[in-house]
Amino acid sequence: MSFFKLAHDPSAVMARRNFLGSSGLILSGAAVALLAGKDALAAKGGASTEQDVRILNTAIAAEYEAVAAYQVGAESGLLQKPVLDLAMAFQGHHKEHADVLAKTIAKLGGKAAAAKAKYSFPTEKLKSQADVLQFAASLEKGAVSAYLNAVPLFGNRGLSQAAASILGDEAMHWAILRNALGEAPVPSAFMS
Amino acid sequence: MTGHARRCASCVLSLMAGALLALPDGQAASGDVNNGAALYGRCQACHSLAYDRTGPRHCGLFGRKAGTVAGFQYSEAMKRSSIVWTRQSLDRFIADPLKAVPGTAMGYAGVKDPRERADLIAYLSAANRSAECNLPK
Repeated sequence: MSFFKLAHDPSAVMARRNFLGSSGLILSGAAVALLAGKDALAAKGGASTEQDVRILNTAIAAEYEAVAAYQVGAESGLLQKPVLDLAMAFQGHHKEHADVLAKTIAKLGGKAAAAKAKYSFPTEKLKSQADVLQFAASLEKGAVSAYLNAVPLFGNRGLSQAAASILGDEAMHWAILRNALGEAPVPSAFMS
Repeated sequence: MTGHARRCASCVLSLMAGALLALPDGQAASGDVNNGAALYGRCQACHSLAYDRTGPRHCGLFGRKAGTVAGFQYSEAMKRSSIVWTRQSLDRFIADPLKAVPGTAMGYAGVKDPRERADLIAYLSAANRSAECNLPK
């Protein structure tokens, strides 16, 4: 069954709503766990914490860009419901990621990067809903790889766990976007 | 041969040359541009060819001194690195960015497979000759 058929199947819509709600709960759970570990994180300090903050700041910059990218998609007029609703839900996840990352950086004693005033996107190439979905999928795929390669670098394993939680969310975004494009949602057994 | 044909022939030769690189052990290896294009998907959370994003643009990469794209906010470590981007320096960097440039903002474990690095570099080399990068022919 294609994504578009699924989107118009009432039972599937309900399942998707349940899925979106559940994924939000999972992320919130990880965020709470991350923030709860604040004292132990802050106590470590040193070069390891500096590196952790740098990695988190790179992640937050990418999250802000993703928020902006979904906004461009939403305002393009190319996305039709229910795809538009899905894109806005994914944008909400990225906002949550950025919020948690910013709070974590602050509690580690760092200064969180701010969102840019302006982002550059290849809007001249976005002519259809499929183009927007393809663009979003490319960002989500890249995000999965970025988090995958950040996970082993954190000095604090609690941060690795939190990054893995975000990784899982973005992998789901990527799979659903691929499905919407008529591509195999999960093209391989491993991500890299 | 027409001017267009000469340009195309020159482009093909450049691509072939661009697909060769030296691995750390000194062995020459050819990169697969198409596979490199697929692998570049991993980079697209932060990078693109023509735009600065979380990371700097990749157009104009080869021969560029690290940390010098105008208007891009680099880490101090990258600005101080003295790296000039060549196939060899890029190969070393993407294998382990934090080891190559401690303090870099690129918090990425690295591309550990030499073949994948060769393919990525071959793609970047070819892309830098593409219309998207709009380099003088």
